[in-house]
Amino acid sequence: MQHTLVALVENQPGVLQRVANLFSRRGFNIESLAVGHTDTPERSRMTIVVNAADTQVDQVTKQLYKLINVLKVSDVTTDRTVDRELALIKVNASASTRAEIAQVVDIFRARIVDLARDSLTVEVTGESEKIDSIVGLLRPFGLKEMVRTGRISMTRGSGAIGVNGSA
Amino acid sequence: MKLNGSQILCEALVREGVSVVFGQPGGAIMPFYNFLRDYDLRHILCRHEQGAAHMADGYARATGEVGVAMATSGPGATNMVTGIVTALMDSVPIVCLTGQVPTNMMGGDAFQETDTTGITMPVTKHNYQLMDVRDIARIVKEAFHVARTGWPGPVLIDFPKDVQTAEGEYVEPDGIDLPGFKPTLRGNVRQVRQAAKLIGQAKKPIILAGHGIILAEAYDELLAFAEKTEIPVITTLLGISGFPDTHRLHFGFPGMHGTYYANMAISECDVMVAVGMRMDDRVTGRLNAFAPYAKIVHIDIDPAELGKNVQATVPIVGDAKEVLGQLLAEVEPKEHPDWLQRLRELRIAHPSLALPESTDKMSTPWILRQLYHATGGEAILVTDVGQAQMWAAQHYFFDRRNTHITSGGLGPMGYALPAAIGVQAGRPNEEVWCVTGDGGFQMTVQEMAVIAEERLPIRIALINNGYLGMVRQWQELFWEKRYMAVEMQNPDFVTLSEAYGIPARVVETTDQVMPTYEWARRIDGPVLIDFRVEREENVWPMVPPGASLQETLEDPAQASEEAITVDEMREMVASGSGGGGV
Repeated sequence: MQHTLVALVENQPGVLQRVANLFSRRGFNIESLAVGHTDTPERSRMTIVVNAADTQVDQVTKQLYKLINVLKVSDVTTDRTVDRELALIKVNASASTRAEIAQVVDIFRARIVDLARDSLTVEVTGESEKIDSIVGLLRPFGLKEMVRTGRISMTRGSGAIGVNGSA
Repeated sequence: MKLNGSQILCEALVREGVSVVFGQPGGAIMPFYNFLRDYDLRHILCRHEQGAAHMADGYARATGEVGVAMATSGPGATNMVTGIVTALMDSVPIVCLTGQVPTNMMGGDAFQETDTTGITMPVTKHNYQLMDVRDIARIVKEAFHVARTGWPGPVLIDFPKDVQTAEGEYVEPDGIDLPGFKPTLRGNVRQVRQAAKLIGQAKKPIILAGHGIILAEAYDELLAFAEKTEIPVITTLLGISGFPDTHRLHFGFPGMHGTYYANMAISECDVMVAVGMRMDDRVTGRLNAFAPYAKIVHIDIDPAELGKNVQATVPIVGDAKEVLGQLLAEVEPKEHPDWLQRLRELRIAHPSLALPESTDKMSTPWILRQLYHATGGEAILVTDVGQAQMWAAQHYFFDRRNTHITSGGLGPMGYALPAAIGVQAGRPNEEVWCVTGDGGFQMTVQEMAVIAEERLPIRIALINNGYLGMVRQWQELFWEKRYMAVEMQNPDFVTLSEAYGIPARVVETTDQVMPTYEWARRIDGPVLIDFRVEREENVWPMVPPGASLQETLEDPAQASEEAITVDEMREMVASGSGGGGV
């Protein structure tokens, strides 16, 4: 089953390597990993998507806590969350297909952010499934290049994943 | 006062209470060594950096204090890795300090440069890349705190050459600020109560006590808890000497080469209190047959060990001393006469530790039992890895606290000799015996020079069978006796030892065993005895890899009728019914 883990870590050299190492050593393949600063620059937030059984995730969560720089780990898989991913997709587009592509982009509330003679670049934001869908629809035109950020997640409501008292 | 990075680091070591360090200098750590000599720190010069790490490890195990090892960059650091992993897997607090090329050359493949923090990241509890002289005092303080706090373990500090000479000041750090590192020491009260209730209802309880007892110095609590509840105690290999071996409630050690009755006690018990141990495969045997009737209370300081291999009914995160103290207060006094009687009967029916008073056979179990008699059970034994290690654990009885020092998780041959140096340095007034085989001895034999140089009165019992004995045993039992790469063409160990300036004698007959022990104990300084033992003796009992504890094999010469024979076991292993295992 796919799990989404959110890890708050100290923003220090090597911390990404420690976390990534731990997943590979314990036999996990990371589907995606997004990392960036939080509201405090000393802390980073990682959103890690992995395929694993629940017991394995429990174990890897405990192992993550053993890393000195890891402050908090939450499995938000079953929480109500806002999940977002951003993708840039460069797709073949001739004069004859451009309009059709634009229509797809429009329906998905994506944007065309660059245009060349025989291609255009689409920026799309949303849940991973939405991005999978638009990629599926654009693929027949011929994808030249694609990059996805990996998922970031935030729980809905006023609760926050913090470190107070629980790290 | 202006100091340089090396002086600040020495200052920090002294303030941590360090009095002895183990290491070897080299290019990238020379500035540090230059200033080290001005401080009141005894430096013991290893002959290989693996030795330095094992020495620090032995020192830490013997004293309960953080051991310190140091080496230069590149090969110095890589050589230490085996010792670091040993400490990691056995939760031993050490701090390793490695030199590094100057910061402006890092990443450029300079001479003797290696990515030391990268290499050691997965095998340390934590590591630090020093880059700024202003961080030294804080990082050393953190490193020692991390190494010794919670589940202990190795921490490495990589120290570039230019930072060693950079000017700075020693500024006492104001406390430790590690928001991500707050180990839980005290057990959850509700869980403790639940555990006490289970224990109160038990008819056939056991305590399975591990290294955590020794690391947490929970001896008194364990003894009081076991006596109050009259629960038999089984100590894991690393738990040996955490509870008196000859106590009426002690029933040996469990697992692959544990006693038959310990393995059956685990297999029959209805409640198991596992404390300060991590359910290692060498202890549990095949997991799906481990303690099939037991409700398990598992106490460990490391939450990741709870539920990792064995699901506990009541998992308790906490320090062994704290939680046993809490439990002691909660439980009612109890007696278990029938259960104890059952275990005593098992012990009588399966007497793997019963040895003849005299024999003509140069049998290692017998020789190590004589060591027990010769030393009155008072010595510290530092044992290597393999057959001799198992026989020492079985046939020497450890009643004194923390007198059995051996490596468990990693199993690095060559551990004992350097570890014994650390042990003797840490407990100079104790009688220290290094029990090793001819294979393991030669993996770190160069440290004999250190023993001679430091005049450490370590007594070496070299169990010389001319084989890599444990591998030979496996080839005999599981690989149709097709011996491959196990026979050793050995040097004359007496001559070798004497070349180091260490007196030595060979023992070839059993009537010489006791007199030679007595000779060795009279010598004021190091000594080696080369025991030419039976060449193809096997360690029994044995749980074959992948088999369950219920399938414990006994010495064919002693086995009872219902026991599984070696041939039956071979068939099981060949047909795959024994399951996979290492």
